[in-house]
Order: sequence, then C-alpha cells, then structure tokens
Amino acid sequence: MDAPLIEFRNVTKRFGSNTVLDRVNLQIYEGQVTTIIGLSGSGKSVMLKHIIGLLQPDEGEILFRGRPIAKIGRARKAVLFSQISYMFQGNALFDSMSVYDNIALPLRETTRLSKSEIDRRVMARIEQTELTEAVWRFPSELSGGMQKRVALARALITDPKIVLFDEPTTGQDPVRKNAILSMIAQYQRKLNFTAVLVSHEIPDVYFISNRILALYDRQIVFQGTPEELENFDHPFMDEVINSLEALQKELTGLYSQRQFKMLNHARMKRQSAEVYGVIVFSLQEMNTLIPKIGHDAAQEALRNLGLAINRHFGIIGGMSTRRNTNEFITMLPHADLAETESLLREFVKDFETQTLDALKDRTCRVAAGDAADLAVLAGIAEGRNFSDVNETIVQAKMKQHEIARLRCAASGENR
Amino acid sequence: MAQALDANNNMKATRKDTGLRLMSRPFAKVGRLVIFGVNHLGAAAIFLFLALSQIFRRKQFAKIIEQIYFIGARSISIIILVSLFTGMVLGLQAHHALVQFGAEGAVGSLVSLSLIMELGPVLTAIMITARAGSAIAAEIGILRISEQIDALSTMRINPMRYLISPRIAAAIVSFPILTAVFDLVGIFGGYVSAVLLVGLNSGAYWHSIQVYVTSGDIFDGFVKAVVFAVIVATVCCYQGYFAHMRRDSHGAQSVGLATTSAVVLSCVLILVSDYVVTSLLI
Repeated sequence: MDAPLIEFRNVTKRFGSNTVLDRVNLQIYEGQVTTIIGLSGSGKSVMLKHIIGLLQPDEGEILFRGRPIAKIGRARKAVLFSQISYMFQGNALFDSMSVYDNIALPLRETTRLSKSEIDRRVMARIEQTELTEAVWRFPSELSGGMQKRVALARALITDPKIVLFDEPTTGQDPVRKNAILSMIAQYQRKLNFTAVLVSHEIPDVYFISNRILALYDRQIVFQGTPEELENFDHPFMDEVINSLEALQKELTGLYSQRQFKMLNHARMKRQSAEVYGVIVFSLQEMNTLIPKIGHDAAQEALRNLGLAINRHFGIIGGMSTRRNTNEFITMLPHADLAETESLLREFVKDFETQTLDALKDRTCRVAAGDAADLAVLAGIAEGRNFSDVNETIVQAKMKQHEIARLRCAASGENR
Repeated sequence: MAQALDANNNMKATRKDTGLRLMSRPFAKVGRLVIFGVNHLGAAAIFLFLALSQIFRRKQFAKIIEQIYFIGARSISIIILVSLFTGMVLGLQAHHALVQFGAEGAVGSLVSLSLIMELGPVLTAIMITARAGSAIAAEIGILRISEQIDALSTMRINPMRYLISPRIAAAIVSFPILTAVFDLVGIFGGYVSAVLLVGLNSGAYWHSIQVYVTSGDIFDGFVKAVVFAVIVATVCCYQGYFAHMRRDSHGAQSVGLATTSAVVLSCVLILVSDYVVTSLLI
C-alpha cells in the first residue's frame, strides 16, 4: 500500500481531565473514502478537527505525506490547509446569507477570480446539488436535506483535495441519507478527492467506503476494508455494529451483509445437502438516471425496490440483503430453481402493480423533452448447503435479465 | 503515649493550616480576580492589535462601509432624539441657574461646552453601545456557538479580518461623526428651550458659543469619541468572539450573558476612560 496521506501517531487529546483520544494511531490514504465509525461522543469529530487544524493534539503528532504538520512552515501550512474542506455536522451555514452567497463565500474571500467566473462555478455547483430553486433563499427557509446539500456544495466549491464530512447524514430520513452518501460517492469519483467521513449509517456507508476506522474506548481498534471489518472479533462489534445493524434492519427490513452471512452459516450448519434459491436484483443505468431525476428520486427507487423485495420474500422465509449501491440479494431456503423462478414471476407481477406505478408518480420528474429509463434486472440460481454461496450469487448474476422497466418522460405517460 | 502525642500534634498542625487557609482566602480571591483581569486585558489588547492589523487588507472597504451603515447611519435617528432632549434640558437648567446671577448670556457657552467636551461623546458612545454594540456581541456570539467562525477558519478566511476588523474600523469612523451630530442637535435643542421657549436673546446665545468654544475643545471631544469607539467595538467583539469560552454558561445562554457583559463593561469603561482622557487633556 502507498504511504499514507494523513497519519496520526500516538495522538492524545484531553479536555480538562477528560481524555477523548488516547494514543490514537491511524492512516488515511489518498484518493480513498475513509469512514470513521464509533459511538456518539466517542471523539470522532475531535479527530476530524485535528486534521483541519481546529484542534491541536496534547501529545503525539499528525503527519501529512510523512511530515509532521507541527513542523511545517506557516506559509506551507496555509497552502496545505487550503486543500482541505470541512463539512460540519450542523452545516455551519451563514444564516444571514443566501444559498448563493454561502457557496460563493470561499471563492470571493480567498481567490482573485472574476465575478463572472465565480458566478459560473457557483451556479454549476448549485445545479449539480439540485438547489436551483433555492438559490436566493436563506438557510432557515430550507429543509434539513437542502441545508446539507448547500453545505456539501460549499465544501466542494474550491475543488479541494481532501474533504472531511462530519456526520453528513445526521437527522435525515433513510432516502435522504442514501441520497447524500450517493452524492458524496459520485463527487468523490468525479473529482477524485480524498474523503474522510464520520458516520453512523451502517451498513449503508460501507458501500461507498474503501476503508473503515473503528474508534472505541478512545482508541482506533480497527483499520481495514468493510469486508475485513465483518471478520473482526472485538467487543466493538457487539456494542456498536450490532446495535446499528439491528436499527437498520428495523427501519428497512433488510439484513446487513454480515447478518446475512451469519444466518446463512447457521442454516448450513443445521441442515445438510438442502437446496436453496438465490435471486440477484440490480437497478441498471442508475448513473445515467441520477443526473436526470436527481439523487433523491434515484434513492427513492432503490429503497422501494428493497422494500418490495423484503415484503414479498420476507413472509415466505426469504432473507434479503443489499449487496452494494444498486444490488440486492434474496436467498430462498428449500427452494429449487423451478420454485425460485415461479416466486420471481409472482414478485414481478406484484412489483409492477404495487411499486412501479407508485414509483412512476413519485420519481418520474424529468425536464421537458427529456426521458430516462430505469431497468430492474434479476437473475436466479440454485445452490446447495455445502456449496459456496458466493459462487451461486455469481451464477445468478450472470443470468440476469430485465424484469421491469420504469420509463420516465416529461409527460410521465410512458412506461 | 507517643502515638497520642503525635496525633495531638498532627491535629494542631491541621488546625493551624486550616486557619491560615481561611485567613488567606480573601487574598487568594483577589489574586485570582487580578490574574483573571490581567489575562483578559492582555488578550483583548492582542485581539485589538490583530484586528487593527487587518483593516487595510484587500476586500475590506465594502465590509467597512456596510458596518458604517449599521453602526453609524442606522443610529442617527436615536442620536438625534436623545441629543435634542439633552440639549433642551441643558438649556432650561442653565438658564434657570444662570439667571439668578444675571449671567444668562453664558447659557449658549455652557450648553455647547457641556455637550462638546462631555455629554456628546459619552452619551453617543452609550447610545451606540446599547443599539449597535449589543447587536455586534450577540451576532458574533451566535456565529461562534453555531460553528460559523470555525467554518470561516476551515475555509481559510481569517475571522479577525472578515468579522472583527470591519466593525472596529467602522466604529472609529462612526463615533466621531455621530458625536458631531449629537453636539449640533444638542446645541440646537438648547436654543429651542432657552431662546424659543424661555425667551433668552438669540444673539446672546450664539455669541457666547462663538466666544467661548475653541477648536481645541472640539478636538478634545473627538479624541474622546475615538477612544470610546475603540473601547466599545473591542469589548463587544471580544465578548461575542469568546462567548463559547465562558465558564458561567453554555450555548445560547452564553451569548445572552456575553451581550449583557459587553454592554455593562462598555458603559463602565466609557465612564472610567472619560475620566482618564479628561485628566490627560486638561
């Protein structure tokens, strides 16, 4: 692995007699999305504030590209920090300024760009973050989700190399949460900045993260990929991950990938040579759809697909999980290929009558003269308890075909 | 036996210690207060120095004009109202007192010198503290507790340059102008009460002003106005800027208390510095 972009070495921070960080060691790598997870009040935001220089460590050092920040000269430190943006948990928008002025502020105050160039850049960001209708409104006149988007637009307006997101989805509904995470992932890919997130959105945040850092009992107890975290054996898993996953299950009805694997493992232990069916659902053309219908509508479509899958297969003993940003897997114990196919056919009928029509009304809002298609794919395969479930999933994925299509035209007539 | 003696000695030593501690408590308290005061005085001096050093930076002019409008232009109506009645009361009182000695011809000079050298700068500063100083402390305090000042820092915008310098510069410009308005309207108020209402000779009123008021008196009044401007703007900005560091409160309450402290401390310091400046100028 490359040398870390940012590194904490034995960083300790105290507020009075309260030690918040105790000899914390961590590495953040360039171009990656790194997410810090931990319980509320465990010091995650304090860590972010150390990176941007709002707080200084009492002990230890923070290194940027291998050099201690404390030893970097004032001018070079200013250049370094100018490459970092910070999105505050409470947004920290200037409430006496309009959305436009909030986003334009860093450019006006820290650059010598012309008025027209600032205007061009600000309006481009406003369009990308779907804030066109709110340009001249004040933050207090916006919904929580819109305020988050203004904060995101402001954080990205200077084209930073590193963006720190302090709980970017706090206080948002599930659709909005995933829309914000999806927006962060999209911009990270597009602008190729290094993102550091503090988040509780487990497992949703796994889909956009390259690395996870677990803060527990004032120390970093885990650093690795989301997949590696699933095999991590530590009290942190019981106290933090399980409770957050249980909450997510309660909200969406879907199992986390870890729970899904554990249930599958337990089932395999109990029965031998039993068959099971696997269905892999995907939403195709999400990336082309998002610019047309917006992040919120795309997430609404995704969430409704998840709910429909859980509603249909959950009552007959199926287990479903979200595998990545636009893919769901359902496992049907005791179902052979023919049964799985029959159950899928019933699902398609249900989905078309109950979900697709509602989706068409709610999400099909494209500009006049424009059109957007959202294809739902599904593939099935049969597995046996002794076989590797991942292989069965790959087989099902290879057999994917279109089962439904949502066609959005400006008039909203066609499907 | 030896143990009992030891215990007795220990007890006596403890009592002696406690007695000393009780006796020294008032001194310790005074010491703490002095250290606290000196700390804040030093911090405020550095705060003022940093703000002044940022006044002549790029893109400051528009912000200073904006603050002059808020501190200066929007305070004019209240200044006119207060100064008119202050001048009228002075005219009445001066006439009532001087007529007993047959010196009613000095009413104009008494009214104008009182206003120009003392009441004009002091009352103007107190009125601006009440109207604009409190608003400055509250606004900056809210910016602080809602992390908007931290947000400025993360955007590499110097909060001292962006928030504090324009306000201090605007106060330095606005206070003398408003003081001049106060003086002029107050002198007119004195004319209204002493000449138009009581019947003093108009020529005598204006003549005594012309004879007794010198440019040095006017200059002294403006010196006071500038001193008060620096004190009021620094105290109000400082209280708001460090609202989050108050030990007696948190959050919105700290903003409220910071605003109250800003107004009370500004008024006290206006009166204290008025004495100091007067003693230096006389």
